[in-house]
Amino acid sequence: MLPFDYAKARNENDAMERGRAAKAVFVAGGTTLIDLMKLNVMLPATLVDINSLPLDKIEALPDGGLRVGAMVRNSDMAHHETVVSRFPVLSQALLAGASVQLRNMATTGGNLMQRTRCYYFRDTAYACNKRQPGSGCAAMDGFNRIHAVLGGSEHCIATHPSDMAVALVALDAMVHIKGANGERKVAAGDFHLLPGNTPHLETVVQPGELITYVTIPSSKFAARSAYVKLRDRASYEFALASAAAALELEGNKIRSARLALGGVATKPWRSAEVEHVLTGATADEEIFHAAAEAAMKQAKPLRYNGFKIELAKRAIVRALSAAMQIKAEG
Amino acid sequence: MSTSVGSFVSRKDGHQKVTGMARYAADHPITNVAHAVAICSTVASGRVTGIDSSAAEKALGFLAILHHGNAPKLFRPVNNFMTASKPGEIRVVFEDDKVHYVGQYLAVVVAETLQQAQHAASLVKISYEVLSPVIETEQAMSTRYDPSEFFGEKLKAQRGDPAGQFASAAVKHEADYFTPIEHHNPMEPSASMAVWDGEEVTLFETTQWVVGARNTVAETLGIPEEKVHVISPFIGGGFGCKGFTWPHSVLSAIAAKKAGRPVKLNLTRKQMFSACGHRSETKQKIKLGATKDGKLTSVQHETMVQTSTVDEFVEACGTTSRFLYSCPNMGITHHAVRVNIATPTPMRAPGENPGLFAMESAMDELAYKLNIDPVQLRIINHADKNEHTNQPWSSKYLKECYQIASEKFGWAKRDPKPRSMRDGKLLVGWGMATATYPGMRSPGAAKVRILQDGTAQVISATQDMGGGTYTTMTQVVSDVIGIPVDKIRPALGDSHLPPAPVSGGSMTTASVLPAVKQAATEALKKLVQLAIANSQSPLHGKKEDEVTAANGRVFVKGSAPESGISYEQALLANNQAAAEGESFMSPGEEREKYAFQSWGAQFVEVKVDPEIAKITVSRVVSAFDIGKVINRKTAQSQAYSGITMGVGMALMEHTVYDHRDGGIITSNLADYALPVHADIHSIDVLFVDKPDPHIDPYIGARGVGEITITGVAAAVANAIYHATGKRIRELPITPDRLLG
Repeated sequence: MLPFDYAKARNENDAMERGRAAKAVFVAGGTTLIDLMKLNVMLPATLVDINSLPLDKIEALPDGGLRVGAMVRNSDMAHHETVVSRFPVLSQALLAGASVQLRNMATTGGNLMQRTRCYYFRDTAYACNKRQPGSGCAAMDGFNRIHAVLGGSEHCIATHPSDMAVALVALDAMVHIKGANGERKVAAGDFHLLPGNTPHLETVVQPGELITYVTIPSSKFAARSAYVKLRDRASYEFALASAAAALELEGNKIRSARLALGGVATKPWRSAEVEHVLTGATADEEIFHAAAEAAMKQAKPLRYNGFKIELAKRAIVRALSAAMQIKAEG
Repeated sequence: MSTSVGSFVSRKDGHQKVTGMARYAADHPITNVAHAVAICSTVASGRVTGIDSSAAEKALGFLAILHHGNAPKLFRPVNNFMTASKPGEIRVVFEDDKVHYVGQYLAVVVAETLQQAQHAASLVKISYEVLSPVIETEQAMSTRYDPSEFFGEKLKAQRGDPAGQFASAAVKHEADYFTPIEHHNPMEPSASMAVWDGEEVTLFETTQWVVGARNTVAETLGIPEEKVHVISPFIGGGFGCKGFTWPHSVLSAIAAKKAGRPVKLNLTRKQMFSACGHRSETKQKIKLGATKDGKLTSVQHETMVQTSTVDEFVEACGTTSRFLYSCPNMGITHHAVRVNIATPTPMRAPGENPGLFAMESAMDELAYKLNIDPVQLRIINHADKNEHTNQPWSSKYLKECYQIASEKFGWAKRDPKPRSMRDGKLLVGWGMATATYPGMRSPGAAKVRILQDGTAQVISATQDMGGGTYTTMTQVVSDVIGIPVDKIRPALGDSHLPPAPVSGGSMTTASVLPAVKQAATEALKKLVQLAIANSQSPLHGKKEDEVTAANGRVFVKGSAPESGISYEQALLANNQAAAEGESFMSPGEEREKYAFQSWGAQFVEVKVDPEIAKITVSRVVSAFDIGKVINRKTAQSQAYSGITMGVGMALMEHTVYDHRDGGIITSNLADYALPVHADIHSIDVLFVDKPDPHIDPYIGARGVGEITITGVAAAVANAIYHATGKRIRELPITPDRLLG
């Protein structure tokens, strides 16, 4: 661990100002950052502690949606009554993530900003374009069992580890970001960037910008939603493949659908292919399988991760089936 | 007479552990302690061409750096397990500039604080001449050889004509099985704190063998063993990786000498994957021949393992197959290759555990070929004696294990057809396997003191890894002298105490408790002698054999205890602080007459969700014949632990080395998956609980630490086959293998 400065942000403006300094990093729950500092993977000069910012509330919006503060702990969001009843996929995704202790610390904003679990990113003995642009990707020809089959580039195949973000993508959530030039909002699905030629750029957040809220709109598909996570053990384990599904039904016809994938892509992955296949179709196992095939059609397997294509299909079918089981109004 | 032995007794150290008062190696409050951080190789083969510590030496708090260029002279210990000199790796740390594996210690930095030491260590620049490493067995075939022995057991053995009988067998099974590299991953990482006082050094350690650590460190440093004092009162799990003495115990000592200060060296979790051993990968070929009614006619077990380029440790998978079942024709062989990975070491049931995965999977496959129930097949081939040594068993209740476990499990309701049993949409599978582990015993000493305040002490340089030694020692004393366990203070984990063997090989109970019992009996005898010698005593003038002692009182045999005097009175009347007994006991000729072996049966239920490739071990019922059970509670806990670890072995544990460069890429507790609570469901543990009449004169216990993991992985794999119809011979059985 390198020596670093520590500053407690007094308010949002103070945080943003301090955050603009060279090599300044916000710390909220610290569940990723502190680990990576100990590994000399993240080497901030200054930690700006934003834990005292008053962004820790979950508020109902007039349209029936929710506004979730960036500092809301994952546990609190997972067990929030409205989240559980009206956005079940989000509660399920949060509870599938990490461990109780980590969820008690981790925040909404921090969860969105968490870094990949790629072994090679986390070990400074290896080349990693994300950690050190231009150094190469050790995962490409290495042990890439946990790596992405969707959204990778020749420079990076690291998966995004969040479960929460996958659910937010499926719920059409918006991420609210505040910077020197004011506030803006970005769709959860556009918040994370594909690695392309710049895998070190992971999100749209610019230096000094602060995530303030996530808003989750009311929708006709949110209540009939489910999250399925497949992994090497039953808890405290990142996804090999996960799927967040949400369905709006009219009788047994699918009026609209959302499907996002985790564990298989370089960012929380909204599958337009699945939504295309499902929209207007009769909801049954057959169409779910067809949707799953469509979702993984563009997948590119590497030496060790080919099984993820099949596993993701299974997760998609299971998540859609689980969403179907939910007794939702409308 | 109270009977603590055999009952359900809470651990003596439980309160200390749950309140955080138990002091583990790095917890001892030492003033003025400096902190050491070890720097490890990031290449697997080559030579260190330069160590540039100039920036580190300017860092805040820097005190010292040691490496092969400036370390004091160190010596290779004699490496004799029997004389308690046993390094984990015979190449001594900082011996030369050569690099043999990723994670090899190259330097150690000492600074005022841990953070300063970490920072200074990160500033040390090491340059290498890198050679192409050999990581995988297939690449290493030019180094293949046949190791000869594993702790005295020959690794090649034959009886009858196994090849010929296999060729002509009516029913045959032949298959290859694979188990990966696994790491012990105890909760407490290894640590060593060294405090010099002149020419003497005290080491606060976490070791399964205080006597071994003392001797090995002393020999390595080149100082007399009485100048080294090893203290290890608590161990946060060991499973074998704290058995032999690893370089960190020497590093802390030389770093403290160099710094002129006490020094604490904590291994990181990552270093736990290279600096204290692992279980080798194994590739095993099993060939079984049988008659149509299931009698084995040939057993062949061929094992290929990896060892390091600097030492030898061989995972002896085949040795159990020499006598596991009755069979006139048997052959075992072992091969090894040398790879650029650190030296393996014993890990919970070394040899037996991966060996039984292969053999007990094979027996299940044979049972299907024969259309015979797997339990029945094992009973048909029950070995009534050890056919390898031609000795009778000291005691063996394996058939009882099959019976009580299968009854509790409900095995009779099993439909053997794969995919035949369901729970809704889930496939249900029932599998079983035999468990076994040797009944070892070594010389051990103990001292018992009955004190004038009505309490007692029991001491021995043994260890408590969490298995319950603190508690079992006091139970034995309690039964002999008749005062309750809570009035008896145990002390262990200190090399100054009466010597005891390594807490490995499941032999602590069998080695230490007989000496404890004899010492307690001796102490009581001294007390009786005091009571009859004292002229003020109502027992004065009685003959020794007319007097007895029980429940805290000395009295005439046949009379009421109240007619005698208390232990306190007997001691006070003589102005005596304590009555003391000491014992050193060794195994004897019974070892020539009998074969000592523990047995068990593991029954496992899995539920498989075939659509999402999800396996849940929903139920385990296990029965063990471990001789006399000393403490039902701690023995049961040991079994929970072994079975849980077996589930981990079956479904998730494997250490991944990058095949290109030997980097250990799953070297943390997120990427190396171990079972969490959510993975473990119902576990029922049964004990036959019949004393072994020959293992020692007093106790009849064979130890429980290791047998409990054996057979679990095979029982899980067999259950998965029963559930799904898919036979998986490669561990761990992860979702990709179930899909593939």
